[in-house]
Amino acid sequence: MQDKGLTPSQTVGPFFKYGLTPNGAYDWNDAFTNNLVTPDTSGDRIRVTGRVFDGDGKLVPDCMLEIWQADAQGRFSDPQDKRAPPNSSFKGFGRCGTDANGDYAFDTIKPGTVPDPDGKPQAPHLLLAIFARGMLLHLYTRIYFDGEAGNAADPILALVPADRRATLIATRESGSGNAVYRFDIRLQGDDETVFFDI
Amino acid sequence: MTLSYPVSSLAAHPARLSPAYKSTIKRSPSKPLIPMRHTLTELTGPVYGHETVRENDHDLTIQHKGEPLGERIIVHGHVLDEDGRGVPNVLVELWQANACGRYIHVVDQHPAPLDPNFTGAGRAQSDAHGYYRFITIKPGAYPWGNHHNAWRPAHIHFSVFGHAFVSRLVTQMYFPGDPLFEFDPIFNSVPDEKARLRMVSSFDLENTKPDWALCYRFNIVLRGREATPMETK
Repeated sequence: MQDKGLTPSQTVGPFFKYGLTPNGAYDWNDAFTNNLVTPDTSGDRIRVTGRVFDGDGKLVPDCMLEIWQADAQGRFSDPQDKRAPPNSSFKGFGRCGTDANGDYAFDTIKPGTVPDPDGKPQAPHLLLAIFARGMLLHLYTRIYFDGEAGNAADPILALVPADRRATLIATRESGSGNAVYRFDIRLQGDDETVFFDI
Repeated sequence: MTLSYPVSSLAAHPARLSPAYKSTIKRSPSKPLIPMRHTLTELTGPVYGHETVRENDHDLTIQHKGEPLGERIIVHGHVLDEDGRGVPNVLVELWQANACGRYIHVVDQHPAPLDPNFTGAGRAQSDAHGYYRFITIKPGAYPWGNHHNAWRPAHIHFSVFGHAFVSRLVTQMYFPGDPLFEFDPIFNSVPDEKARLRMVSSFDLENTKPDWALCYRFNIVLRGREATPMETK
């Protein structure tokens, strides 16, 4: 009989692109892309983009990022969310590999408000998982949005030391059209992104 | 059924900073991770149906004109939760080197041939009991630059979704009895021996196909156990 502990995590390694993020570069098909928006999705279209840096400040060109988020009404496309079901085909999940410059981008919608376990509102956020060569276990962080009134009272941001909170808040870039938010990820160092032990 | 995801189970995983695997040195956080309660965001996860998996995506040997070189194998098993229950209808993705130890990837330039008849990646959905099955080729060992004369033991990469985004798992499946185990810092990054052995598939004679393919069983245990009334969420 197998004992029941977890199967340990291992690194995604340097060679996942063919299988997980081919995006036209290889002949295997993509199960997921970095575009979460479906034609019937309601909500504000946004782009979240940024770069990934290692502890030396070097760009990380072989990183895989995955986001999971609620729709514009704050509902998850998962039957375990027992509230009103989503009214669109929006799945709320996206995957993107960083390119040679360490850049990534997701096209999605600004999520709505999701309650915490006590029913208190959480400010709009994306849950982000980060995988790469040299990472034996993926990291989780959250992407919040600059200028959201709910950030000040968000129960998760409140857990983060004030001087590190800015690492979790995507900044709005100037320009017209759909809003573009920049969220850089620093895996290590003085200005390291806050990661969560979940 | 309500599942809980105790953080204590995470002790099975490698330390993020495992200096023998050199790439971890600059890619692991230096500040402590911040603990938080799981909210609906963490406790839900993407749900994908059969539309994500095409009919032959589980068979890496039949997608080209000819047959790939190497040893054809069946790799199958169950995706389980921490209570040993099958996790149904979840996506299992895999990718691997070919029989010569070469990946289809621009960065992999080690002097071994590519195989135009080997697909290199596959996808399956676990059934109602958590069961999945792939047909593939036994991957070869290959050299890497971590240290002098470093070779990875033969392995297949697995990516698995559970019922919550916190049960997401990317791991590697190894083959029993590999002489490279003791020299591999990635395999040995898992400190507990019992946990390490959970990454090693077992030879499954009963499910080999005579005159056709050997079989290996690999069960994958994801986070998630039945919530007890004590653990109010």
